[in-house]
Amino acid sequence: MASEFGGTGGERQTKPALNNFATITMLRNMPRNPLFEATCITKSYSGLCALSGVSFELREGEVHALIGENGAGKSTLIKIITGAVTADSGTLAVGGHIVPHNSPNISRALGIAAIYQQPSLFPHLTVAENIALAAESGSVWRRVDWKARASLAAELLSRIGATLPPETLVESLSMPEQQIVEIAKALGSNAKILIMDEPTASLSDREVESLFRVVALLRSQGVGIVYISHRLPEISAIADRVTVLRDGQTIATRDMRDVDRAELIRLMVGRELSAVFPKREVPIGETVLDVRGLGSRAAGVRDISFELRRGEILGLAGLVGSGRTQLAETLFGLTPADTGAVEIGGQVVRIQSPAGAIGLGIGYVPEDRRQHGVVLEMPITVNVSLANLRAVSRAGLISDARECSLARQYIGQLRIKTRSPYAEAGSLSGGNQQKVALARWLAIRPTVLILDEPTQGVDVGSKSEIHRLMCDLAEAGLAIIMISSELPEILGMSDRIAVMHGGTIAGFLSRKEATQQNILSLAMGQAPK
Amino acid sequence: MMQRYQREISVAAAILALAAVLALAAPGFFTLQNQTDLLLTNMPALIVALGMTLVILAGQIDISAGSVFAICSVAAGEFAKLGLPTPVAAVAACAMGAAFGALNGALVAYVRIPSIVVTLAAMVALRDGLRWVTQGAWVQNLPPNFQWFGLSQSASQAVTFSCTVLLVAGMAWGLRNLAAGRAVYATGSNRNAARLAGIHPALVTFSVFVIAGTLTGFAALLNSVRFNQIPSNAGMGLELKAIAAVVVGGTVVTGGKGTILGTLLGLILLGIIGPALTFLGVSAYWERAIQGVIILAAVTVDAVRARSARYAGIHEGSRA
Repeated sequence: MASEFGGTGGERQTKPALNNFATITMLRNMPRNPLFEATCITKSYSGLCALSGVSFELREGEVHALIGENGAGKSTLIKIITGAVTADSGTLAVGGHIVPHNSPNISRALGIAAIYQQPSLFPHLTVAENIALAAESGSVWRRVDWKARASLAAELLSRIGATLPPETLVESLSMPEQQIVEIAKALGSNAKILIMDEPTASLSDREVESLFRVVALLRSQGVGIVYISHRLPEISAIADRVTVLRDGQTIATRDMRDVDRAELIRLMVGRELSAVFPKREVPIGETVLDVRGLGSRAAGVRDISFELRRGEILGLAGLVGSGRTQLAETLFGLTPADTGAVEIGGQVVRIQSPAGAIGLGIGYVPEDRRQHGVVLEMPITVNVSLANLRAVSRAGLISDARECSLARQYIGQLRIKTRSPYAEAGSLSGGNQQKVALARWLAIRPTVLILDEPTQGVDVGSKSEIHRLMCDLAEAGLAIIMISSELPEILGMSDRIAVMHGGTIAGFLSRKEATQQNILSLAMGQAPK
Repeated sequence: MMQRYQREISVAAAILALAAVLALAAPGFFTLQNQTDLLLTNMPALIVALGMTLVILAGQIDISAGSVFAICSVAAGEFAKLGLPTPVAAVAACAMGAAFGALNGALVAYVRIPSIVVTLAAMVALRDGLRWVTQGAWVQNLPPNFQWFGLSQSASQAVTFSCTVLLVAGMAWGLRNLAAGRAVYATGSNRNAARLAGIHPALVTFSVFVIAGTLTGFAALLNSVRFNQIPSNAGMGLELKAIAAVVVGGTVVTGGKGTILGTLLGLILLGIIGPALTFLGVSAYWERAIQGVIILAAVTVDAVRARSARYAGIHEGSRA
């Protein structure tokens, strides 16, 4: 191993002090060499700490699961390992040699490969070409040896027990087949370290099984696999060891044999309820929205049933990919439901388009405000009136004066910081842009408001203001569905919590009974005790 | 205010500067006859550019306008020769433009083919289809009540002029004050956000192509009545002239931002360059080159401004 990486490293790495659990466990059983070690990695993004002192070690021929809530730092750690971002401090070592400056090219040369939930393949090229592009080296003017490409692809595919014809176009393959190609491609670049980020998210149970056979085969060949998943049953089935991250720190590394699922969940939660949530008790009124058995094949949600009352804030929790946003889009008519029924104010309704949803008094503040929310090039006035031009028009004509006064009303009510109502939305800060997006939906005078990650990427001040506003709105009789990946926010703001898992609601928790632990249990497909 | 209409102001300034040079060096440029000719020559392009502004604002492009213009011109003449009353022939020409617009629009909006591809195909197919049908022959022996709409020359010019003024004013006003105008801007600026706001982006896209086609038909009609024969190769390069006017007028090529006033000024600037060169005694071969430089300058300014605006936006954001 060492000679293979001789060119990039230099000195031997000195072992870090025995300061954490990981190291102790490692010393206890040292049958295999560490393939990869990350020690005391820290990383912050514009002042926000993503990782602080994370250590992680991967051995030859092991499947090492990496778990943690949304935002625990898994993605950042993966990006540092693959060289996509640079750590602020800490060391990476491959095969015992320190890697001083990691980059995507260096990490590939060191045998690190990552495959993601969504395959990153060239759909119009064949399987063989996709595999060869990563494996071949040489100048851009080299002659392409088509025979060698095909035989290399066939060899790599057979190594993982796959029987795909190498000349198939990738676009004609199913999702799991594409993942097989990704794995073969990773092996082609001589990967000894394979990172799999939520590889089973879009696979059926049968497909998961065949993926696991491939993983087991690779493990027996000495490849080290970092396996990231939100599904605990899978992790106990495939992983040898597990490392838990929380708030950018390594909480524990355990042998899978020595730990049960409840323990893992306990390790994952425990984030401080540091932010102040000014949730006020508001009288809950009659049912305004009644959803029964709602499902949409296109959106990937099924069997959704819940009631929403006046003045209620329903928190919609769940891990990334559990279908929370898809549920919101189904309710809002973006991907209309194909099964189930929705009642609004006692009337059965069909919501086929956003325009229809708006007509029924449903507002939706989407997650990615730059892509879907505010129109950055347009002034605040236009952004606020966009979903309800009737309110600012007389006989079909938009009245400047009315539009401006509407904008002024919300600038005042939501305390949007701006020079003038005619300022372009793009010139405002993130928190204020979010308030403009909110203003647009308040302007339609909704009865139900869906907020998707309402405080994502806004500063702390704006965040608590948005929370205060939500309470004001609930007090005024609005029914709110709030999607959030932040457990403290969900716990702090919700009257009731619906937890999603695998495209459906796994369970409801009242404000009293909800804890980070039982929310996470439901979100990871475990029935709470 | 100054900042919002920066482009309009700078194009207007360029026009005034050119006019000042002409006033000193070639006062003959400002004779009534010359100005009338200039106006009438550019009117069809202006009307086409109005439709083009809508299409570009919605985030699309239409390069088939010149070919549609040729077909509508020939059709208007042929309808008149069939003995249809002039108003009927006029409506038929506009309807024909609308039909081609609808075809383009449906392919772009509902089949989701990129507009550059759809209208490129339409441009080539319609132009050559027309050549094949007419065998290159011009439409001649037009009935007397077709030319000048059967009016006197000056009356007809007045009609043409007032129609154009009404269209320009109507479009400028409608884009600003009608919810439909807002929908065009929103669709071109952020399709996703528009959809979430209850706007139907596909319908908007389809509609702007239909309107643009209708306007092209109307422009073809106004142009045809000016002569006693109609060339079957009319409108060559018209689409480029219209797109250039829209871009010089400050409309962003990716959509969502721009004004009718800008398009009007852009067309005036590009339209007077050729005649101005003649009057200044410079070879007319320079016309296209100078127009090209103006277009390049306009898009460069756009690009630089967009970048500095983003920069300013980031900084303002971090302060707040």
